Amino acid sequence: MPFYSLMINGTIHDVEAPADMSLLSVMRDLLGITGPKYGCGIGACGTCVCHIDGVEARVCVTPVGSVGNASITTIEGLAQDGELHPVQQAWIDEDVAQCGFCQPGQIMTAVKLLENNPNPSDSEIDEAMSNNVCRCGTYMRIRAAIKRAAENR
Amino acid sequence: MSKDNSIAEAKQELSQSNNEKGAETHLRTPDPNNSQESSGSLEMSRRHFMQFMLTGSASLVVGGSWLSSEEAKAAFAIPELGEVFDIADVLTIVELPYAHNLVLEITADNRVQFELPRLDMGQGIATAMAQLVAEELSSDYELTDVVHSDRRADRPFSMTGNSSTIRTMWGPVRMVAAQARARLITAAAQRWDVDPGLLTTENSKVLGPNGMQATYGELTADAARVWHPLVPATPKSVYDYDLVGQPRVRKNALDIVTGKQEFTLDIDVPGALPAVVARAPQIGGSVISWDGSAARSMPGVVDVVEISSGVAVIAETFNQAKKARKTLEIQWSNGVAAGRSDEDFRAELNRALPRSRRTFWPFKSHTATFEYPYSAHATMEVMAAIADVRHGKAEIWYASQSPNYVAKEVAKAIGIAPFNVTMHIPYAGGGFGRRLFGEAAIEAAEISKAAGMPVKLMWSRIDDMKSGRFRPMAQCAVRSTWLGTTPVSFKNTIAADHTDFGHGIGDALTAAGANVFPHAFTQIGFQTMASMPYRFGDTDHSLIERDFGVPTGSWRSVFSGLTTTSNEIFIDEIARSLGYDEVFFRRRYLDNRTARQCLEKVAEMGNWGRSMPDGHAQGVAIHVEYRSACAYLVEIDTTGDEPRLSKVFCAVDVGLPINPLGLKAQMEGCLVDAWSLMFRAGNHIDDGQVREHAFTDFLWARMKHTPPEMDVYVFPAQPGGEPGGAGELGFPPAAAACVNAYARATGTAPRRFPIGEFV
Repeated sequence: MPFYSLMINGTIHDVEAPADMSLLSVMRDLLGITGPKYGCGIGACGTCVCHIDGVEARVCVTPVGSVGNASITTIEGLAQDGELHPVQQAWIDEDVAQCGFCQPGQIMTAVKLLENNPNPSDSEIDEAMSNNVCRCGTYMRIRAAIKRAAENR
Repeated sequence: MSKDNSIAEAKQELSQSNNEKGAETHLRTPDPNNSQESSGSLEMSRRHFMQFMLTGSASLVVGGSWLSSEEAKAAFAIPELGEVFDIADVLTIVELPYAHNLVLEITADNRVQFELPRLDMGQGIATAMAQLVAEELSSDYELTDVVHSDRRADRPFSMTGNSSTIRTMWGPVRMVAAQARARLITAAAQRWDVDPGLLTTENSKVLGPNGMQATYGELTADAARVWHPLVPATPKSVYDYDLVGQPRVRKNALDIVTGKQEFTLDIDVPGALPAVVARAPQIGGSVISWDGSAARSMPGVVDVVEISSGVAVIAETFNQAKKARKTLEIQWSNGVAAGRSDEDFRAELNRALPRSRRTFWPFKSHTATFEYPYSAHATMEVMAAIADVRHGKAEIWYASQSPNYVAKEVAKAIGIAPFNVTMHIPYAGGGFGRRLFGEAAIEAAEISKAAGMPVKLMWSRIDDMKSGRFRPMAQCAVRSTWLGTTPVSFKNTIAADHTDFGHGIGDALTAAGANVFPHAFTQIGFQTMASMPYRFGDTDHSLIERDFGVPTGSWRSVFSGLTTTSNEIFIDEIARSLGYDEVFFRRRYLDNRTARQCLEKVAEMGNWGRSMPDGHAQGVAIHVEYRSACAYLVEIDTTGDEPRLSKVFCAVDVGLPINPLGLKAQMEGCLVDAWSLMFRAGNHIDDGQVREHAFTDFLWARMKHTPPEMDVYVFPAQPGGEPGGAGELGFPPAAAACVNAYARATGTAPRRFPIGEFV
């Protein structure tokens, strides 16, 4: 079985896994990194979103064999030196979460949106966030939190 | 003493207590929409002491023992029977003997931990409970934790449903916290040798004269030895509340945004191996024969076992288990609905509805039949459970809304006694009624038993959609007869696939003294949920059930999501046909002060009747249930590719809001649920199989389908108010308001949902 050294949240994790195993399964089942969630396994709901070399990625459909030396950031790696990312802080300030299961993916998606577009309009938020499902219906608070984070940058 | 007598006496006690409250008139309650301080005072004269128990001498643990019936009666406000009586009332009554049998611990490191015998699945009850505990105990809110209790076999009717948690727990939680506070004060008084009447409490400290103070943590060991507190353990008056009624961010918000919040499959149970199950493609099909030899030879596969619902594969990773599952060769029997599809069910439901009768002059009848599809719960966290069944005992991790029911089912499935089933209740990624049942827990237990090792079972999203439960398909036939502008009758007859209540509310009803045949429960449950806050003459709701074999269950708002939704759409149509403004019409015939107040509030917030461009319109609806009421006013824009709400206003009165921020979240979530079900998402049955797979074809609302603006107004606590239910309250009126706006904007009369599928 192939052997990988994965750079996740600034730490190297050595792991043996089949090349077609999803990065989500590798992290959750082999490395104990459980922040990214399984929601559908087909890249359709966005609960698993992480960043790979700074690009938003649906890791439930990302084969571990395709990752190479790329640097992976999960929800656990978003806060730096004990300081929450402004998007995380905005999520708390707006009391966004209900069950919270989709929120790691929502937050990771919103972080990329704001990096690419520091002051998104409503329709740009719609565009960027509509591939993520929240079954509790927290969308309105997600929108408010994105705007709050944009203001606080 | 007979149950009836004890209830009658407790009611008397309640009315006395209400009279005491009623004597105060100069009080002010906090406005939950602002962060105002409350003031005023009100002494409650009830003094009831609870028994408590010691767990060593390290910390004070209040609760844990049974109240005498005398104490229980006195401490607990029994609702008025008859006039308003619903499932939460039933649960309150049957839990009465155990009501205060709760565990509240104060630890030496000065933390407070309350074990909640309910499930927080996102609705925010743990946060509201922390507010109640901290308020009553004068503990530091930041140091006050609420955790899920393991299954409590000694609380047989504990369940999380029917928006009942705050209503059923409010009294007991306050009593238990007040008991703890009284013992902490007593411990401090004895330590300092001062009059306990001089002591006060604040931020997890007891304060005395001359700057004396001690933290609860410093006092807890002594407090645990206090047998009779020297000060009354009387819960605070609601008028003295500082924290309750104030908006609070949910307690686990930080854990959620940092990925630390554990859900079932995040829990590290040593040795528990991943498992998946191959289930019949047709609903209710079963295994005839199977061959797992190819699967067994796949890498990482540890075992392949047959269980009652199919064939399970256990492997070192979920990846390996899922791959091996694909190689299983299984011959399945036909399912219970083989050969039947949606159109067959629709026709059968339609045949079950009463034939329409002619109405003779001068009477005029309005009629409409509304059709609703099956709808999955589709919790964001797929069904999952961990089980360790060895040596005749079972240890289960499953986020259950009804742990005692699930434990019984687990015990039955694996042939052990229920008392040998331990259940841990993890935090849940959504519920909406789905977790009243526990198929995943039962399967995991069967797999663990067959393989002789602990397992963690995951349903894939497709498993979850294909083998899940559904809100039943239903048709609501509404008919209202009028003589000019005088209503004569209003009848709503629902024909629906049977709603499965097998999770035990029926047992609770029986225990509450109702003589209920098991099959009659659905009828009684239906009647308790039927809400008709208007004077429309002779009103009647009736339910006709058929059983199509499709697995069903309560889905947020249950029957109200059909009855009130249909009624409120229909009422709009009657108003228009009689030439009335829809808000004026409701006000004219409303027979409920709280609902009227909510309606008037949203009409004001949303500037009802303002002129709007073509293709845009407002829509309004109300609902009364769970001793609460609410109204929605929405604005819709139907000029784009698909209709979209532009603004939403909601006004909600729950009598006594605990956490307005959490309450607003529920009203927002209900709006998104309502839009999803009325306009976008539904399930279909084709030849006995569920058609949908995932969120790709179960079209739940996304960000771009939600209103850019939504404003929720929370009415402040009412004098003498007690908290009503909230979690499901918003769905029916939100659903009807959205459809009403659409109907007004397009000049149509929608009859079949989701609208997006049929236009």
